[in-house]
Amino acid sequence: MKEIILETKGITKYFHEPQTFQVLKDINLKVVKGEFLSLVGKSGCGKSTLMYLLSTMDTDYEGILEINGENLTGRRADYLAGFRNQHIGFVFQFHFLLPEFTSLQNVMIPALKLGKYPESKIKKRAMEKLEMLGIADQAEKMSSKLSGGQQQRVAIARALINDPALIMGDEPTGNLDSTNSDIVFDIFRKLTRDFGQTIIAVTHDDDFAANSDRIIEMSDGKIVG
Amino acid sequence: MRVIFSIAKTHLLAKPKQSLVAMLGVTFGIGMFVAMVSLMSGLNNFTEELTMTSSPDIHIYKDITGERVSILEQLNPGGINFVHHPKPKNESQKIRNAFQIAELIRQDPDVLGAAPQLSSQVFYNFGPVQLNGNIAGVDILEEDKLFGLSSKMKAGEIAGLLTTTNGLIMGSGLAKTLSLSVGDNVTVTTPEGVTISLKVVGIFQMGLGEIDNIRSYANISTVQKILGKDQGYITDINVKLVDLYQAKAKAIQIQSIFGYKAEDWETANATFLAGAVIRNIMTYSVSITLLIVAGFGIYNILNMTIFSKMKDIAILKATGFAAKDVSGIFMTQSLVIGLIGSVLGLILGFILSYLLSLAPFDGGDVISIDALPVSFDPLYYVIGIVFGVATTAVAGYMPSRKAGHVDPIEIIRGI
Ligand SMILES: Nc1ncnc2c1ncn2[C@@H]1O[C@H](COP(=O)(O)OP(=O)(O)O)[C@@H](O)[C@H]1O
Ligand SMILES: [Mg+2]
Repeated sequence: MKEIILETKGITKYFHEPQTFQVLKDINLKVVKGEFLSLVGKSGCGKSTLMYLLSTMDTDYEGILEINGENLTGRRADYLAGFRNQHIGFVFQFHFLLPEFTSLQNVMIPALKLGKYPESKIKKRAMEKLEMLGIADQAEKMSSKLSGGQQQRVAIARALINDPALIMGDEPTGNLDSTNSDIVFDIFRKLTRDFGQTIIAVTHDDDFAANSDRIIEMSDGKIVG
Repeated sequence: MRVIFSIAKTHLLAKPKQSLVAMLGVTFGIGMFVAMVSLMSGLNNFTEELTMTSSPDIHIYKDITGERVSILEQLNPGGINFVHHPKPKNESQKIRNAFQIAELIRQDPDVLGAAPQLSSQVFYNFGPVQLNGNIAGVDILEEDKLFGLSSKMKAGEIAGLLTTTNGLIMGSGLAKTLSLSVGDNVTVTTPEGVTISLKVVGIFQMGLGEIDNIRSYANISTVQKILGKDQGYITDINVKLVDLYQAKAKAIQIQSIFGYKAEDWETANATFLAGAVIRNIMTYSVSITLLIVAGFGIYNILNMTIFSKMKDIAILKATGFAAKDVSGIFMTQSLVIGLIGSVLGLILGFILSYLLSLAPFDGGDVISIDALPVSFDPLYYVIGIVFGVATTAVAGYMPSRKAGHVDPIEIIRGI
């Protein structure tokens, strides 16, 4: 019996603007530690909404979310921020970087916040991640000066910096060419296999999904397979 | 938290002009505060010191204008008595046994000295013109001990009074008006109509117009003579204390022991002290107004910064920064603006104060100075920096708090 890292029980969510409409319908999900999961579905079916909720950023839902056996539903915002910092790496659909900082600083900031390692060690680790993603040469550039694909890879490096148990990505390879897409896939594969980290990634890339451990398909706010 | 500080620093440096403008607002406010308060307290201290050195800590005299029990009240105590508009009796202002009282007071270890004296209103005759003034009959050596008179002499010596029977040491303003110099004679007339000729043996300058323009010193015996009084006639005893702030308590003690009115310097100079308070209120209210304006500037700039950094705030919170961390980033920015702005303000204030202290200024007849007296008390610089930082802290608090409570999901979803 494998250890369950993430579990949802009857998660339901409504949007009230412009009119009340149910975006997530009774989501029951179990994710095992070390699993590489793909989330697929048509545009607008609620994938991003679910990811924000699983990553603890969105707290406005009904049902229960447990990560590492800990019930996170109803926890205070600051507690969840600390929890994300330590346990969850998130790659946004639109790569969000701090524009006034260099690529390297962007990757380092969550680790500096966690404060587990001294700054010199954090810098070394951040460089390693950038190297792994093939953008070490962009380390000292302002993040706003990078191309979309480069920014996305910096965002992935940032998600990995604190060695989180859970890595979530909302179309993490959406902006990448097939070479870089393959590199990211290989990194994810390695993280799950060698380091026991868990990946949940929304994707439109059929190859990417097909090569992952499990595919979850969503349609109209429900999990359909 | 170093990361918070370094993010704050990056934000400040990303918009150097905006940060500088916010800083200069504080600089200007603090600079003006320091300059104004230095000048005001310089003036206050200067005049206070003058008043202090030229007036006694405790002045003992016989209060003849005080309330008096009417004869009707004495005869019919407790009855319904109406006495309309009672006036004081023609009482002598003499302090009995004044020399013995002075001697007793001097024995108190808290007392620096006690000088019996008498004074009289006089008219100084200047050709056909009569100038109003007064003459104090003093023991000149004791007076020198209390008020350092010898250091205030502009011409002649105080010892001249000891060797000249009808000698007079005159205030500089008075001497100038009467165009008198040492060795000249002046005739004075008392309110009782006695006229006497006196010889000027010295001219002093206290620096305060209200003394220099009206007062002269003579021997006790000289003044007793022009008033036609006996050798025991003394109207005042001036006391100087080791610690002038004990004056109030000491005055009460003296009054109860000897039965004469004893007035401490604080009561005597109440109007002057009230003036100082009003000047301080003005200084502080102008400075606080300037600082409030600077505070609004910081508030605005911080609000703008936060508005343009909504996305960054959302990212920080999504990657693990708590509300207090985000508030901390913006609070740090406003405190850095406040701190650097205030330090620059202190420097500006110092430069302004220094320039003021060099500016030539003619005190005219009122006070004799040739430049503005400016205080360089470090206390005002401490108050300045505390004010500056406190203002920016207050101005930064609301926007920073708001930034801390931004819900990241709203922004992330909205893009
Ligand atoms: N802030 C919002 N307010 C109202 N409706 C929203 C909001 N965000 C998304 N939706 C709607 O919720 C549905 C799911 O959106 P989303 O989760 O972004 O889909 P996906 O990521 O699968 O394309 C869509 O119909 C979208 O229009
Ligand atoms: Mg989406």
